[in-house]
Amino acid sequence: MILDMNDNVLAVENLTVIKNNHKILENISFDVEKGDTVAIIGPNGAGKTTLFKALLNLIPYQGKIVWMPNVKIGYVPQKLYVDKDVPLTTYEFFNLKEKNRSRIKEAMAAVGLTEAVNHEHNVEKHILQNRLGVLSGGELQRVLIAWALLGDPDILLFDEPTSGVDIVGEETIYVMLDRLKVAKNMTILLISHELEIVYEHATKVVCINKERVCFGPPRKVLTKESIEALYGEEVGYYGHEHRQHHENP
Amino acid sequence: MIQSNLLFLIIVGSFVAASSAYIGSIMVLKRMSLVGDALSHVALPGMAIAISFNLSPILGGFVALVIAVFGIWYLEEHSETYPDAIVGLFFTTSLAIGVLITDQPDLLEALFGNIEKINFTEGFITILISIVLLTTAVFLTSKITASLISEELAKSSGINTRLVNLIYLLTVGAVVALGIRFVGTLLTGALVIVPAVSARNIARGMRSYNLMSILFGVVSAFFGIAIANYKGFMVGPIVVLVSIAIYVLTFVVKLLPLKLNRQRY
Repeated sequence: MILDMNDNVLAVENLTVIKNNHKILENISFDVEKGDTVAIIGPNGAGKTTLFKALLNLIPYQGKIVWMPNVKIGYVPQKLYVDKDVPLTTYEFFNLKEKNRSRIKEAMAAVGLTEAVNHEHNVEKHILQNRLGVLSGGELQRVLIAWALLGDPDILLFDEPTSGVDIVGEETIYVMLDRLKVAKNMTILLISHELEIVYEHATKVVCINKERVCFGPPRKVLTKESIEALYGEEVGYYGHEHRQHHENP
Repeated sequence: MIQSNLLFLIIVGSFVAASSAYIGSIMVLKRMSLVGDALSHVALPGMAIAISFNLSPILGGFVALVIAVFGIWYLEEHSETYPDAIVGLFFTTSLAIGVLITDQPDLLEALFGNIEKINFTEGFITILISIVLLTTAVFLTSKITASLISEELAKSSGINTRLVNLIYLLTVGAVVALGIRFVGTLLTGALVIVPAVSARNIARGMRSYNLMSILFGVVSAFFGIAIANYKGFMVGPIVVLVSIAIYVLTFVVKLLPLKLNRQRY
């Protein structure tokens, strides 16, 4: 089958990932159109992060992953283990990708790290000249998004934005992503646990639990049946908060 | 005559110390501080074998180091956790064999260095190699730092982490070979690690960390060689002790003006 790439940023066909003779992902197919916000959902251990790694070509896989020609991908990892005493300032972290100071400031402003919003914490002293390892969870998440935004990506791959972490300013991370998507003319592919948020912000959803369970607009495909098939029967409609019961699906 | 000879020694020593310290500063961040130490032990049997075949001991040591570097690289790439116990086992075995097959007069020099005997040509080549290694390491720093923060982040921004890692490990091997001549196989590890951990005590950012590592390395070499020469001691152990003294100093500085230090740099 020839993949139709007209308006597609990404097309995935029959993706299978095997690790240590163990199938992590099996026959996953979906596509991402320009301007989509696609949410990948599924219980813990469903292979969501593995899917991202395959998309980024970091691990071996079978099947087809076709990106739009010359696509620029911005990647925001889920966690970053940066020790407090790793001698790397946030500014130096940005420098790994971009030397131009005004472009760095621009990317930071796009994620709400501006002097105006953060009047009590001066951006320069508190964030840029501080060690990466001492930033708060919310600050680090914004810094990572800003880092991904450097180089003007066509698509942002975001592994689990956490809406709960101490947000700087008023807007939540999801409202911010919506705003960035429009402002930067981007496509967004994100992993999420939060079903309400997926409803509100995603144009399409890919539900996976090793295999693909559903794919399509959230209001259409996120039915009681598909959610039960995904998370297990006893889970209610918004069962994502109890995901610790489903560590081993 | 003695004075100019001493000056030359100090210059050569400073270059070796600077490149070791810089490469070591990356090593400490990579949490592979003891690799330099372990590697230096591998050089010993290589040197002994080279001597028995009438070849240059440094060349023999370097060949052994390159082989070991590929071994470490393979282990790093192919196992989830770094198997330091196996590395330790392998390298202490090399040391044991090396000690057995090295002739007694050569052994002391191999173990503790003999920079005092270095001639002009050797010294000049040593300086050149140090500059090449330092330049290579500086070029690699941002790439290695990115992969330290996140392997995925680095790979997704187009950094060939495997290749970067291999080149880096080769510079480690080469710098260890230089260090052996300077302070000997037993103490080379100190030349690589100690300036970096001292710098880590007080540096805030990567730039100051790297620069302080170099500074501490050079200061240790300078005073170490001068003191050893003045008092007639072996150079290697004195250089290492000076660098340890710097470490103690930075540790005190780290403890004292706690608040002041955290806010600056």
